[in-house]
Amino acid sequence: MYSIFFITSFLIGGALLFNRNNILKVLLLVSFIILQGSFVFFVVKNTGSSFGYLTADHLAVIFIVVLFIISSLSIYHSAAYLKWQQKNEREHNFYYAAMVILVAALNCAYCANHIAITWMFVEITTIAASFLIYYRRTELTLEATWKYIFVCTISITFVFIGILFLGISMKHAGLTEMTYTSLMANAYLLNPFWTKMAFIFIFTGFTAKAALFPMYTAGIDAKDKAPSPAGAIFASGLMNVGFCGIFRTYCIVQLTDSAAWSKSVLLISATISIFLASVYIMKVANYKRMLAYSSIEHMGLVMLGLSMGGAGVFAAIFHLLLHSFIKPALFYQTGIAYRVFGSKMIEETGGYFRQSVAGSLVFILGYFCVTAVPPSGLFISEFMIFREMYLKGYLWLMAIIMMLLTVIIWALGRNIFRLVFTAPPNVKFESLERPSPLESLSQIALILFVMFMGIFPPEPILDYIRAAAAIVSSR
Amino acid sequence: MVNLILLSFLATLFFIITAWRLVTYLQILALQGILLFAAAFFSLSSMHTANLAFILLETVVVKTVAIPFFVGYILKRNNITREAEPLVPVFISLVLMVSAVILIFFLSYASGFSIFDNLFFVVSLATVFTGLYIIMTRRKIITHMMGYLVIENGVFILSLAVGNEMPMMVNMGILLDVFASVLTLGIFLNKIGDVFKDGDVTQLRSLKD
Repeated sequence: MYSIFFITSFLIGGALLFNRNNILKVLLLVSFIILQGSFVFFVVKNTGSSFGYLTADHLAVIFIVVLFIISSLSIYHSAAYLKWQQKNEREHNFYYAAMVILVAALNCAYCANHIAITWMFVEITTIAASFLIYYRRTELTLEATWKYIFVCTISITFVFIGILFLGISMKHAGLTEMTYTSLMANAYLLNPFWTKMAFIFIFTGFTAKAALFPMYTAGIDAKDKAPSPAGAIFASGLMNVGFCGIFRTYCIVQLTDSAAWSKSVLLISATISIFLASVYIMKVANYKRMLAYSSIEHMGLVMLGLSMGGAGVFAAIFHLLLHSFIKPALFYQTGIAYRVFGSKMIEETGGYFRQSVAGSLVFILGYFCVTAVPPSGLFISEFMIFREMYLKGYLWLMAIIMMLLTVIIWALGRNIFRLVFTAPPNVKFESLERPSPLESLSQIALILFVMFMGIFPPEPILDYIRAAAAIVSSR
Repeated sequence: MVNLILLSFLATLFFIITAWRLVTYLQILALQGILLFAAAFFSLSSMHTANLAFILLETVVVKTVAIPFFVGYILKRNNITREAEPLVPVFISLVLMVSAVILIFFLSYASGFSIFDNLFFVVSLATVFTGLYIIMTRRKIITHMMGYLVIENGVFILSLAVGNEMPMMVNMGILLDVFASVLTLGIFLNKIGDVFKDGDVTQLRSLKD
């Protein structure tokens, strides 16, 4: 099933690239969604089954389901976006082909049980993502694409250096098999010096995808300049793949003697990420960049939970799951607002309530959800992370991070309420488009789901998250 | 023999950090390709012959001939000026470089193995550092690319350290090498040359907060 899925996705991607017929294009996209749906069905039914070096464990299944929902919505929202952009047919084909290949590569990267296989699929996501960023073919998108490719290539090289250090460590221990399961079973044999070097390089490399401190810059430009539906995938699926890489490596390292050291690496990166996010959100001039910086803040919180261990790991995965629903909802709506106003600068937009009540509802509810105000599910996970910090005795750090979060809540609120209610002086509302409420339906559904997860989380989903979190605390 | 080659590779790093003309960078990159060829030949003794031949061919064809030639072609085609324009004086670069190498030697002591076992580690980490330093202190996009190529060479050296046990690693390194060079050099430098005439990073400053 894994090979069928991957090969067929590539074929669909290739067919989309050369296809000239509109009906055929819709058929290909629908067949891709059906293929992905059956893949999701397969991995949910056979969790833990493996094919070669691909294994769908519980963590992978969670991310695959999330990606299926978000990518289907992205393909749906792309139609309106592309129609508005009015590019020629060839560029649309590139866009859809890149999106299909990105989604297929992400799915396989989640499942990979071999660190080199993860690495290869992450490399493929870089290429596909760069085509999505370059879609509009302007100077600014070219700049963003160049920066994204350059930073991602350097970070993927860092991951490779880390893998080589792991290889040296395995050579001294007499191991040959580089799968995660074998490495976790034999973690006690690994040399601490080389393991530390491996972890620091692999972590630094994957931060480019995960949007964390050392390499976060590329992701910001990418989410800003890519079309909004693609930005939604970047803010959910692509961040999850970075988390996946860090998480699986951390699972190995926390079984060695370097466990405490690796925890402090995560803690430092998380704290600096939240600090940077709060600083940049204060002075940001553009809604999409604001959302991208908010993603950095959430990824910092996730890493905080991961480094705390215990219930923090569960909270981290829960947080990431809900963040992958709420952030795309805001990205889709920002795309619609961008279409209405023709601008995404904070100075030039406002009074969105007059144009679209449903869209404004998405912004306001999304704001409350993303800042973790109850009944948002993010409140539960943040509460659990902070409780774990309190129990572990990180009181000062907890106080600092709570203050930074307050700054973020204020800055996000200032910008979002301005977009919804305050009309700028020289905008003629009569000439602006009134988007159909139907377009906002999917976002409202995502937001309601996040709220539902905060109030009545269904037990099967929680079981999956518990099983995924158990990978870390398996000692 | 391998140690001698690695030490001469370390020496080329000092050359590249003091070099002024872009052509000198290309010559040093080609020289590094030859040194890597020799290092691979002597250190991968227990590898399968066909695989070894492939790796040796890659170092000569791609690293020594194709990439320097291709970058030179881009330099001519886009009329890029011939100076590297470092932002930091050469003397300070040299001091930083020397202290970094000394630091890496001390770091390799911390691993608990002797220096000559770890020469692969020391040289490759110094190479990666040099590449990052070139990227940080030069102004042109093309020099950034050369810094990246230097990092790639460092990765290749490190992959030689595990080459006999895990030949797949060396092949993957080559895959990364060829792939990244083609992607970044081929597609985007041509595009960037068309849109931004000078290939100067100062023109890529509009995306910021």
